[in-house]
Amino acid sequence: MDVGTFLAIIIGAVFVSNFVLMRFLGLCPFVGVSKDPDSALGMGMAVIFVMTMASLVTWFIYVFILEPFGITYLRTIAFILVIATLVQFVEMVIEKTSPALHRSLGIYLPLITTNCAVLGVAVVNVEDFIATGLPLGASFIYTVVHGFSAGLGFTLALVLMASIRQRLQLGGVPKTMIGIPITFIVAGLMAMAFQGFSGLKI
Amino acid sequence: MQSVVVTSVVALSSLAALFGAVLAIASKVFAVHRDPKVLEILDALPGANCGACGFPGCQGYAEAAVAAGVAPAACPPGGAEVAKKVADILGAEAGEHVPKIAVVHCIGGKSNAVQRAAYDGIQDCRAAILVGGKPKACIFGCLSLGSCKAVCQFDAVEIDDEGVVHINRDKCTGCGACVDACPVGIIDLVAKDMRVHVRCSNHDKGKAAKSVCQVACIACQMCVKKCPYDAIHMENNLAVIDYGKCQNCGICAAVCPTNAIVDEVKARPKAVIGTSCTGQAKCVEVCPVKAISGEPGERHEVDREKCIGCGLCMDACPSKSINMVGALGHQRDRG
Repeated sequence: MDVGTFLAIIIGAVFVSNFVLMRFLGLCPFVGVSKDPDSALGMGMAVIFVMTMASLVTWFIYVFILEPFGITYLRTIAFILVIATLVQFVEMVIEKTSPALHRSLGIYLPLITTNCAVLGVAVVNVEDFIATGLPLGASFIYTVVHGFSAGLGFTLALVLMASIRQRLQLGGVPKTMIGIPITFIVAGLMAMAFQGFSGLKI
Repeated sequence: MQSVVVTSVVALSSLAALFGAVLAIASKVFAVHRDPKVLEILDALPGANCGACGFPGCQGYAEAAVAAGVAPAACPPGGAEVAKKVADILGAEAGEHVPKIAVVHCIGGKSNAVQRAAYDGIQDCRAAILVGGKPKACIFGCLSLGSCKAVCQFDAVEIDDEGVVHINRDKCTGCGACVDACPVGIIDLVAKDMRVHVRCSNHDKGKAAKSVCQVACIACQMCVKKCPYDAIHMENNLAVIDYGKCQNCGICAAVCPTNAIVDEVKARPKAVIGTSCTGQAKCVEVCPVKAISGEPGERHEVDREKCIGCGLCMDACPSKSINMVGALGHQRDRG
């Protein structure tokens, strides 16, 4: 548990195995909510929040319920249940405690209830940190940090995409390519660029 | 084998039951009091989120209407119908709702307004203004590039082949989006029952105005002199109608030498003098277009070609023998 490990986890989740551009998870909001940088940032914040919370809660579920009962193969369905409940619960709390935050973040929360990137971060946590025999304390902290930085990576990809799409609106895009087609091509190019990080050894 | 099934079923269903209970409790504990009136009003509103009411979207207006009792008539696109629904929900009086319509104060098209340049840039009025004016020689007029058309959510702005902007009476809701979008500020909101408009914004003196546009207001003052209601005045070399006084008689449009004043009433009634006419010639005095003639003491005649249906003679007739007959039906009393 030194600084290097944390750095490796953060850089790994943000760049080397970016959830959108390297693992290809959460492509739906990546294409759908990337029309302008402001809403992309809002969506990104919501995803960071939910991913961190989901990592935290699924750790407890996995370590204290799934593992002791020997039903770890049910993790996917259990995680869907947990994450959906969590998002619902958090939305209620935010609406009650901070209407302003709810107005800016709230509309994105239902969108990510069962987002595959959020489910993906929980599954990756299990594979990388929980089921690898790390001490409980270490695996807990790594899990939460990884959840947070995965959200950070998602936000980075989303905001980059939104900014590029905003600039593309002024570019001379051929008529047949306007909208989703050019977005797919940009997404492909971005994924190839991020592929460059895969050689990074920390 | 059996125990595996039992374990997984029990574990997952108890998890689900637990979460269900948590959510059920949370929905009670964290319940936010939503005023049902807000939701009802939101349903009644058009939902265009145009912002014409001055609040951030329909939700903003609904909340403000419930919280502060904002006038139910504050939604221009919704009109009287929505105002009534909102008033019913709030249990308040709907108040007077005056439906409005946008009027473009320029009618200079390609054939009658002088073009001084060809514009080939971004097809947007504001962009054209930024790069140095407009293709038209008249600096006051419409650019015909359709910034108003682009912002209109109701598809009410039409631009004809001449480049003249027309507002569709049936579609315009009077939200005012085009008024804000027009960079030369020639669009106004006017009460919808006003049908006579000065469709020119040129403040130049007569000769200068005429030199850039055939249908410009040349400040000749004919309309000012002929208006029986004192409803039209010269403001800085431009005729401006005082809509508070205007009675839609259309005399100004009939006397305007350049047709800068447009009478939107498609067909007007004609005056008809009945047999009870005593020939006092009061009608001859008031007629702005000299359409009435006759010998004193005998029944007068109306020249149907000249009559513009303003109805001034009917009001002036001492023997009440003049009727307005025609397009709008047989009417004895106007208004």
